[in-house]
Amino acid sequence: MASSRAGWWWDCKSHEALGGLRAEQEGGERDIPVNRAELSMKLYCLSGHPTLPCNVLKFKSTTIMLDCGLDMTSTLNFLPLPLVQSPRLSKLPGWVLKDGSTFLDKELKECSGHVFVDSVPEFCLPETELLDLSTVDVILISNYHCMMALPYITEYTRFTGTVYATEPTVQIGRLLMEELVNCIERVPKDQSAFMWKNKEVQRLLPAPLKDAVEVSMWRKCYTMPEVNAALSKIQMVGYSQKIELFGAVQVTPLSSGYALGSSNWIIQSHYEKVSYVSGSSLLTTHPQPMDQASLKNSDVLILTGLTQIPTANPDGMVGEFCSNLAMTVRNGGNVLVPCYPSGVIYDLLECLYQYIDSAGLSNVPFYFISPVANSSLEFSQIFAEWLCHNKQTKVYLPEPPFPHAELIQTNKLKHYPSIHGDFSNDFKQPCVVFTGHPSLRFGDVVHFMELWGKSSLNTVIFTEPDFSYLDALAPYQPLAMKCVYCPIDTRLNFIQVSKLLKEVQPLHVVCPEQYTQPPPTQSHRTDLMIDCQPPPMSYRRAEVLTLPYKRRYEKIEIMPELADSLVPLEIKPGISLATVTAVLHTKDNKHVLQLPPKPLQPPASKKRKRVSDDVPECKPLKPLLSGSIPVDQFVQMLEKHGFSDVKVEDTAKGHIVLLQEAETLIQIEEDSTHIICDNDEPLRVKLRDLVLKFLQKF
Amino acid sequence: MPEIKITPLGAGQDVGRSCILVSIAGKNVMLDCGMHMGYNDDRRFPDFSYITQNGRLTDFLDCVIISHFHLDHCGALPYFSEMVGYDGPIYMTHPTKAICPILLEDYRKITVDKKGETNFFTSQMIKDCMKKVVAVHLHQTVQVDEELEIKAYYAGHVLGAAMFQIKVGCESVVYTGDYNMTPDRHLGAAWIDKCRPDLLISESTYATTIRDSKRCRERDFLKKVHETVERGGKVLIPVFALGRAQELCILLETFWERMNLKAPIYFSTGLTEKANHYYKLFITWTNQKIRKTFVQRNMFEFKHIKAFDRAFADNPGPMVVFATPGMLHAGQSLQIFRKWAGNEKNMVIMPGYCVQGTVGHKILSGQRKLEMEGRQILEVKMQVEYMSFSAHADAKGIMQLIRQAEPRNVLLVHGEAKKMEFLKQKIEQEFHVNCYMPANGETATIFTNPSIPVDISLGLLKRETAIGLLPDAKKPKLMHGTLMMKDNSFRLVSPEQALKELGLTEHQLRFTCRVHIQDPRKEHETVLRVYNHLKGVLKDYSVQHLPDGSITVESILIQATAHSEDQGTKVLLVSWTYQDEELGSYLTSLLKKGLPQSTA
Repeated sequence: MASSRAGWWWDCKSHEALGGLRAEQEGGERDIPVNRAELSMKLYCLSGHPTLPCNVLKFKSTTIMLDCGLDMTSTLNFLPLPLVQSPRLSKLPGWVLKDGSTFLDKELKECSGHVFVDSVPEFCLPETELLDLSTVDVILISNYHCMMALPYITEYTRFTGTVYATEPTVQIGRLLMEELVNCIERVPKDQSAFMWKNKEVQRLLPAPLKDAVEVSMWRKCYTMPEVNAALSKIQMVGYSQKIELFGAVQVTPLSSGYALGSSNWIIQSHYEKVSYVSGSSLLTTHPQPMDQASLKNSDVLILTGLTQIPTANPDGMVGEFCSNLAMTVRNGGNVLVPCYPSGVIYDLLECLYQYIDSAGLSNVPFYFISPVANSSLEFSQIFAEWLCHNKQTKVYLPEPPFPHAELIQTNKLKHYPSIHGDFSNDFKQPCVVFTGHPSLRFGDVVHFMELWGKSSLNTVIFTEPDFSYLDALAPYQPLAMKCVYCPIDTRLNFIQVSKLLKEVQPLHVVCPEQYTQPPPTQSHRTDLMIDCQPPPMSYRRAEVLTLPYKRRYEKIEIMPELADSLVPLEIKPGISLATVTAVLHTKDNKHVLQLPPKPLQPPASKKRKRVSDDVPECKPLKPLLSGSIPVDQFVQMLEKHGFSDVKVEDTAKGHIVLLQEAETLIQIEEDSTHIICDNDEPLRVKLRDLVLKFLQKF
Repeated sequence: MPEIKITPLGAGQDVGRSCILVSIAGKNVMLDCGMHMGYNDDRRFPDFSYITQNGRLTDFLDCVIISHFHLDHCGALPYFSEMVGYDGPIYMTHPTKAICPILLEDYRKITVDKKGETNFFTSQMIKDCMKKVVAVHLHQTVQVDEELEIKAYYAGHVLGAAMFQIKVGCESVVYTGDYNMTPDRHLGAAWIDKCRPDLLISESTYATTIRDSKRCRERDFLKKVHETVERGGKVLIPVFALGRAQELCILLETFWERMNLKAPIYFSTGLTEKANHYYKLFITWTNQKIRKTFVQRNMFEFKHIKAFDRAFADNPGPMVVFATPGMLHAGQSLQIFRKWAGNEKNMVIMPGYCVQGTVGHKILSGQRKLEMEGRQILEVKMQVEYMSFSAHADAKGIMQLIRQAEPRNVLLVHGEAKKMEFLKQKIEQEFHVNCYMPANGETATIFTNPSIPVDISLGLLKRETAIGLLPDAKKPKLMHGTLMMKDNSFRLVSPEQALKELGLTEHQLRFTCRVHIQDPRKEHETVLRVYNHLKGVLKDYSVQHLPDGSITVESILIQATAHSEDQGTKVLLVSWTYQDEELGSYLTSLLKKGLPQSTA
């Protein structure tokens, strides 16, 4: 008999392959195929302009657009839109190809050696084909300059999500869009040039038209109804407000110090943190200071919107601005300041407020001309909570935070919606005019360029950094008026960036490629690039980056009833374990564990059961086992439980315990126990329970 | 079990002196720090000795939150912070921070300069107190310390009024302060998201009132004012400088404009202009309509309403005067009241709630002979009208807020006991939540049962969700894991990972059973019969016939051999691991029943 049992044993040995089978099925955690797409983080770069970004971040199961900046430098290729008939502009000669063909002379005009498109100015949109924009769940706006493409996204694509922005961003953004639409619609142009965009034709054009990129993506300005529709999709948020997206991700705007309501964004889950830094400033101007501390411990920091003029010191520029302005006026000339209707203009007016009396300019009129001039000045006074501390304190008094209120009250500053109407009656020279658009292609500024350009007494002072002043001036050449370039860009420079990065220590930095090399015109200035370790990952327009990060944990909540039922066991000093068998509920990306329901007692049925009725319903989950079985104690235990004929044989790896009467054999090794018996279920269960007494469950 | 404890030091079954202590997850927060307008003795301030007899308050409180600038919510603040002594953070919204010191200074002046009290807080103390204030934005999550966070929600009521959520871990309390659930002419309605706090502490000033439509009240008010003015009478409207004053001014201003009325409207105290200026600068806190149109027309620039001079009170002819304070307990409104009370042509309109003990309360409860200072008796002949314009939620509004926030418990403050009792029952009936209404000095204890957040390894989570996806996504998914507790961290990992992290190996427990089957056929034929049989019975399982002649059912292996002694009997070896016990055990019993003949 013994030999036949041994034969049994060897038969069973061949079944060891079974162990491998199970391991293959359940596998270790590494082997579980998880949805890669959900675990990776991707950045789709839709704009190539470093200060007018438009990126899409796919993170966990959400798709988040970060800003939608509109690249308006494309307008520099167009002729200005004059408010009143300009004989000079209308007499410009059509452009003729080298071979003498004139088919483009209606579309292209030549002025002082430069060629311009004679058509309604067009803007370069962010990429709309790189990913399906209907999949974008939310758009986060960081400041009012970075939302100018919003109507193109919300009204021209199948986007259906929500836009988040602070209240000042929305209000001032609306003003910027209103001004833009107004300036362009006010000068209806019947001509819409398109022939020059043909690839074959464009090749033949002189620079910079020849090199203009993505001309097929250039679009005309949106309309006011589109602006309103776009803005209606914005939900207003406050600094440090935590906004839950589908329970998966939390986004939070932080003060970025650059403009009223400007923000950086934190995008995080319980375990990962992405910081989106866009248009930040450490200078003390009017906005609330930048919140740097909250950017700490980011896995990834996306860095955009640095200063466009890294070599100019904003304070010095303001000084130059004031002195040039004073000099011109004292000599009887007029000063033209092409500007946006909000932002730096508040600071300039504040400087002038302090400066004009001492400079003897008290009697010089200051005009601010924009369709939204009044609104902008009014709005600036009501955002106390978004202002720097000094200005907040003024509001507590209560006094208007900006001194331009007083300039208006004392009639030193006057504002008009346009040059038409009241302005033409009040207009006195010499004067200082603040007006838009800084590109000099549309808006009231075009009129003043035409009006004052011929006299060398007058000065145009460029303060906005978005457009090259030489390109802006090109269609007005030859010019007699003086041109002064005092770009004021308060955004972070490279020294501040490297200090910031040292401070907040992100694991990885992602930035536009322009920031990873010195400016093309100053290739020796290796200090004018981002310097950090590890080196930043860079992106360019239409690129998709896979961002490094590794997610290993998720938050889950254990319901109190389940928690009460758990039996923790101290396995090692300080470490306790409890096996958890529970029902997992997942809703809105939140996971909850509950007590499993008590098994339902099958209703007593008199019907004859079919065999299949007994098939176990779902796989009950049994714990893993660990530990080892001391043979001597096990044998003692068997004897205590009435097995009198226990025999132990030694094997190479352990022992075989034989229960001779029961024709049963138990093979015990360090990490395994194998019970081989006849089909005697009570015996098997009894032996099982005895074995389990020596093992720990996991 | 974790608990939240609430002790009102003021506003417990009472209106006035709002001050509520909350202990939540080891943090102590004081909500509001108000004065009582009905008292002039010690009782006007909350009894802070309840917090500590001799220590510094700073050691016992993590923060103080002020809901809005009304003195019954912030009037004791300088006393509390500078005279009793508290140096911790005090949170309030920007408009509250701006306006609160002005009302405190006003209050100090009346008390010290007019009534001649000593031992009161000084102007310097107000300034020092305000230095401890941290201003918060709406919806901003303010991290008071690592665990304690607070968040402000719009409350309507007055400019800058806020409700506050106080949160530690998963436990949270919402305190409403005073709020208004219907938008009015200058403010929006209170709003909160479905934040499901463990406890909602709500004011209940109008616990039993359900107000008729605002339009009716406004029409009524205008009619009364108009009639009085028409018959040459004078109208006195006692108000607080900020709040209802602006609301009623807007109302009268538009009415005067529309009806082209000429009778003068005055607004008392020098505060007016200043007050209106605050409204202009904090226009983002007003309602949508005002915000939208402020560039074209600022609603707080009044054409018809002029500053009041004391001498005007004796002018002949009709006039309307807004005068402070609102409960006729002191100051200019009381002076004018005394002058005009004797004439039945005149009218006083009380637009808000009056605390017990004030002249306002007395005349509203029908008293017509008032004993003034120096035993003088004042006979009130003028008409007395009460018109609820105070921007508190009524019973309907309170229920609406509860519906919005979905709290697990409700606690009522800032109301009268009898009315609270009524509302408490209504809340318990409708929402099936416990409702508490502790009196001052009484502690209500609320047990919370928070779920425990743990970290689950992604592998384990994904494994379980993946299994769940197959049969029925809606069916709850069973998961098995090991919770590892080390220090204070809780991690739920797969058993395999737990073993690995502890440096342990798995112990495999395997069973093999022999099942004897009578079948004279060849072994491989027997195997085929077994295979077909199992395949037929176990439809939902993966049953496979492997090339080596064995059968698998999921991970259970079955092999057949001939019996060494009896060729007519085949022996089936069924082998499974402990983890597959149910199925293995089931299979052996199934096979033991033999093979059906038909499968041959």
